[in-house]
Amino acid sequence: MSQSLRSTALFVFVVALILGTGFVQSWNSALLILNMGLVSALMALGVNLQWGFAGLFNVGVMGFVALGGLATVIISMPPVRAAWAVGGTGVLAALAVGAATIALAIWLTRSIPRGKLRAVAMLAVLIAGFVLYRLLFDPATTAIEKIDPAVTGYLGGLGLPIVLAWPVGGLLAAGAAWVIGKIALGLRSDYLAIATLGIAEIIIAVLKNEDWLARGVKNVIGLPRPVPYEIDLQNDPAFVARATDLGLDVTTASTLYVKVGYGLMFAVVLVVVLVLAQLALKSPWGRMMRAIRDNEVAARAMGKDVTRRHLQIFVLGSAICGMAGAMMTTLDGQLTPASYQPLRYTFLIWVMVIVGGSGNNFGAVLGGMLIWFLWVQVEPIGAAVMDLVTSGMADGSDLKIHLLNSVAHMRLLTMGVILLVVLRFAPRGLLPER
Amino acid sequence: MDLLNAFVALANFVLIPAIAYGAQLALGALGVTLIYGILRFSNFAHGDTMAFGAMVTILVTWLLQGWGVSLGPLPTALLALPFGILGAMALVLITDRTVYRFYRKQRVKPVILVIVSMGVMFIYNGLVRFIIGPDDQRFADGERFIISVRDFKALTGLDEGLAIRTTQGLTLVTAVITVAVLFWFLNRTRTGKSMRAYSDNEDLALLSGINPERVVMITWLIVAALATIAGTLYGLDKTFKPFTYFQLLLPVFASAIVGGLGSPIGAIAGGFLIAFSEVGITYAWKKVATYALPDALAPNSLLQLLGTDYKFAVSFVILVIVLLVRPTGLFKGKSV
Amino acid sequence: MTGGYGKGPDILHDCTIAVDKGEIAVIVGPNGAGKSTAMKAVFGMLDVRSGAVRLDGQDITALSPQDRVARGMGFVPQTNNIFTSMSVEENLEMGAFIRRDDFGDTIEQVYELFPILKDKRRQAAGELSGGQRQQVAVGRALMTQPQVLMLDEPTAGVSPIVMDELFDRIIEVARTGISILMVEQNARQALAIADKGYVLVQGANAHTGTGTDLLGDPEVRQSFLGG
Repeated sequence: MSQSLRSTALFVFVVALILGTGFVQSWNSALLILNMGLVSALMALGVNLQWGFAGLFNVGVMGFVALGGLATVIISMPPVRAAWAVGGTGVLAALAVGAATIALAIWLTRSIPRGKLRAVAMLAVLIAGFVLYRLLFDPATTAIEKIDPAVTGYLGGLGLPIVLAWPVGGLLAAGAAWVIGKIALGLRSDYLAIATLGIAEIIIAVLKNEDWLARGVKNVIGLPRPVPYEIDLQNDPAFVARATDLGLDVTTASTLYVKVGYGLMFAVVLVVVLVLAQLALKSPWGRMMRAIRDNEVAARAMGKDVTRRHLQIFVLGSAICGMAGAMMTTLDGQLTPASYQPLRYTFLIWVMVIVGGSGNNFGAVLGGMLIWFLWVQVEPIGAAVMDLVTSGMADGSDLKIHLLNSVAHMRLLTMGVILLVVLRFAPRGLLPER
Repeated sequence: MDLLNAFVALANFVLIPAIAYGAQLALGALGVTLIYGILRFSNFAHGDTMAFGAMVTILVTWLLQGWGVSLGPLPTALLALPFGILGAMALVLITDRTVYRFYRKQRVKPVILVIVSMGVMFIYNGLVRFIIGPDDQRFADGERFIISVRDFKALTGLDEGLAIRTTQGLTLVTAVITVAVLFWFLNRTRTGKSMRAYSDNEDLALLSGINPERVVMITWLIVAALATIAGTLYGLDKTFKPFTYFQLLLPVFASAIVGGLGSPIGAIAGGFLIAFSEVGITYAWKKVATYALPDALAPNSLLQLLGTDYKFAVSFVILVIVLLVRPTGLFKGKSV
Repeated sequence: MTGGYGKGPDILHDCTIAVDKGEIAVIVGPNGAGKSTAMKAVFGMLDVRSGAVRLDGQDITALSPQDRVARGMGFVPQTNNIFTSMSVEENLEMGAFIRRDDFGDTIEQVYELFPILKDKRRQAAGELSGGQRQQVAVGRALMTQPQVLMLDEPTAGVSPIVMDELFDRIIEVARTGISILMVEQNARQALAIADKGYVLVQGANAHTGTGTDLLGDPEVRQSFLGG
């Protein structure tokens, strides 16, 4: 089967799966899977850019996705004026001091030769900077967190349209990726892996604990939406008339309308990114990237600045993950830091990329949609299987209860098995790189 | 100024917990570093191997407790530990046969093996949650303290108390014995030396007639034992929760890298370095400082550098510093 | 002992190399002549498409390098030929890995041959000088008490003085009754100690003779020894 026929067939298969969900379960579930599938596909594109194009092993996807989530809060929530009044300047000043300290430390490293003098100067700068930072930071955040903690207790955002948060989420992720890339790129691949694993945990820790920033584990709920609210639609006579014309229940029609709205927006972003990624892949830049990936030594010998190229693509890929993260939080309508789990937001994305076919953008999109579908549907399927397995057992037996309760964990097992099977029997994925 | 009380407070809140935690990290990092040295990849499934071994130990412990077997003052888990080790050994050997060996034969790039270990991680993780569930499990029994705060105060008459939990003492003793046996094995026995030879120079080891499959098998057996011991000790000392073990991956890897991947001594040094930094930086030093400093200088604030929630940041920062300054780790590990 | 060899089109073309008990045979030739390849073929590290490798009259063409070691062949690769992180003595012990009997005597014999190794027995082999490392490498290969010892450019990268010393040691090894097959860049010095010399050109035998014959052969001198 030719490659294009094969990819068409596989995409048709995924569409059929989603349509099947619509017919068998409900159109709301189908659209829910589709929307998150589109976001997952975008994340997979980002990781594929790093791994498939350049062979960079990023296991900190979760962190970049979470930064995108943070961006939605910063951009779209209304500012809490009282909090800004008591602690805004303090926090900004503290952050400025922190940045200045780091800048000074880097300047010291560059301008003083290695030795005792540098070590002492560095230590002095870091300690002084840290003390000053804490002196400014602690009272400011305490004051902010005291402002109506049940509802706000944080600085709030800029009150801008939430769609703006998508590119901003990408920028935040790009910034974090630049810092981590500067440190760990150019070293062995395992080091980048551990470094990204670490930065992701730290980002989540910041989101969970810095209440002044985004309320921490108290969550930010009720994020503004780029699409109308269901209740408004239901109260709109024109909408009600159209729904009844189509023979639909008004409530269902309104939820479908909202989901379709999200789906269209996500699809537009995905298509734009996919087109750009395809252009990049076929451009001289993309060829150079793959040349570097396949033989780094030769590329270096030809005068390519490998580390710089790697940094470039690492930042780009992470930015896409950040943007996808912002879109996901927009879809959820809330930022809940405790829900970020590495297995779900880092390793699952990797399964998508590997299963889809690393190095192939369409593969990444396919993998994203397909694996997301499975991730959602494994649970009901598993439950059905367990019902069957346990049907012969006595009701109320400990084993039966245990098995039925454990269905939720079938997902992880299934994903592991899928990953291993694909790696073993189709190591280049469903849609191999051309 | 009261230096004696300051030291007791320091020992109670920093030294003793950090030593116990450091021993657990060191055991975990030893497993990672051995896999790296022999099979030449970073095993992402290591945290979940620890969880699996600990889980088997817990299940057997419950069984023994159910039968009324106990070790008196010591936790029953010690009796169950060999079964946990056997369980983990069986698991990793099956995994090696069905998964890793295929890729070893093909001599794939190490990063492919890392991705394969991600798949294994998913499966182990699912397996553990499937069998024992995702929640906290308690399985410690026996005497809680070797010395409790009250006893210590009565004994010494000091204001500040010092407690040594049984699990902390047990962690240290077990870790010392395990490490001693491991180093004896690696440095004194023919098989151990052949492992080091294989890790040092694979081609020459083959030339010398060392059987790679045997070396790999023994490595897995040792790693399973180390992981189970580390996992069980951690579970006894703190708590058993599958997700915590996954999170241990970061400090464990940081320990192994900081010490120098492939270097067993380095793994131990790295484990203690990470543990002491983590505990030291997230500890509120107010109490110690109040005792140690003259009254006039007594601090008002907590003197806590970072909240305990940021303990991952500590491993990370140390890792970054080492990567920047000395990429092969403190004890020279494998090439960069 | 005869090691015969012949191979298809790529690197070696029907070339024959043989060494008798206690003799030193040297393979020389220009860069890219297939010297190391010929030796690796004898040791079974690449496919022999036609021809045969015989040890003591027995055909061992189908055996793996490890099996050849067990049959009495010792091989010292050109690079990475010691366990750098292990002590000198441990290197020797690893050399004897396939032996199940007591090899204490063999270690003593190696120490007699290379006295400096005895002094440094507890030191990590990676910390030794270039010449000492080569001694460790040869010592490691001797631990199986081979009938034939193969050396791939043993003097690569060592100073001339150390080179002379190494050649002296190699002669001593040969005197104990071990056949030596050696690839050398330093053709002149190597042929001087050789009982038998092979000049390879493009994977085929160009000249064969005793070391002194080849040194005296004007054509060989002209082409390979620089006059």
